[in-house]
Amino acid sequence: MATFYWEPLAGLDAIRREMDRVMEQFEPARRGYARSAFLPSLSARSYPLINMNEDADNVYVEALAPGLNPDSIEVTVLRDQLRIAGEKAAINPDIKPEAYHRSERGAGRFTRVITLPTEVDGNKVAAEYKNGLLLLTLPKHAEAKPKQIAVKVG
Amino acid sequence: MKETTVPANVEKNVPDTREDTRVLIPPVDIFETETGLVVVADLPGVNKEDIEVNVEKNILTLKAKPAQHLKDNLARQEYELLPFHRQFQLSEAVDQSGISAEMKYGVLTIHLPKVKEQQPRKIEVSVAQ
Repeated sequence: MATFYWEPLAGLDAIRREMDRVMEQFEPARRGYARSAFLPSLSARSYPLINMNEDADNVYVEALAPGLNPDSIEVTVLRDQLRIAGEKAAINPDIKPEAYHRSERGAGRFTRVITLPTEVDGNKVAAEYKNGLLLLTLPKHAEAKPKQIAVKVG
Repeated sequence: MKETTVPANVEKNVPDTREDTRVLIPPVDIFETETGLVVVADLPGVNKEDIEVNVEKNILTLKAKPAQHLKDNLARQEYELLPFHRQFQLSEAVDQSGISAEMKYGVLTIHLPKVKEQQPRKIEVSVAQ
């Protein structure tokens, strides 16, 4: 016989995420157009947006940051603090302001500090900038990894 | 008395600009140069092959499918990559054969050259002797 578990907390989490999605349209900094745009007045401390995941060995971070100058990207790690800094390049400074029909993307320097769930080993961090996404693989510090404990059956 | 059906007033030449599914609207910069328009769009996570740009009836359509690397069971999620979709009504005739686009670091740049007659022409004034 199959057993089903009712997981009330998982259900609540889904509702919370759905509500966040509904509410975010009322919050200027998180409106659709700003998801990847860098608007210094609105998002200096919350750019780039990140997704984070972890497994037993690594923490994975994916940051939404199109159009960065690759040389300007700085990633530093100290214990459980991840700092991402860089510059979203302006397209061409020679273009006159009156030639613009729309200007939504924004440009400028940013810094964001993210607290990771565990301490990571700063020497082994792998970073890749691909298609405007910054992909980081941060190996967990040996002391932060969960230890498997063998249970003896007496 | 004759019964007639009056058709709804549908504007011609304006294709439907809506999509059925949830989409993201990419932020864009549009500026004019002497030879045409340049559209710059942020399309993070999109491979070059998954972009569709076309101009039909003076409407520029931009579609792209991003690939998100981290997916299920995220410990923290601040964004969700959905297909990008945006359309623009172009005010001036665009030379369709001359449209070019390039993709770099998740930013798409589309060059839309103006039709030749619309480019400013310098007229030499000769002085009659």
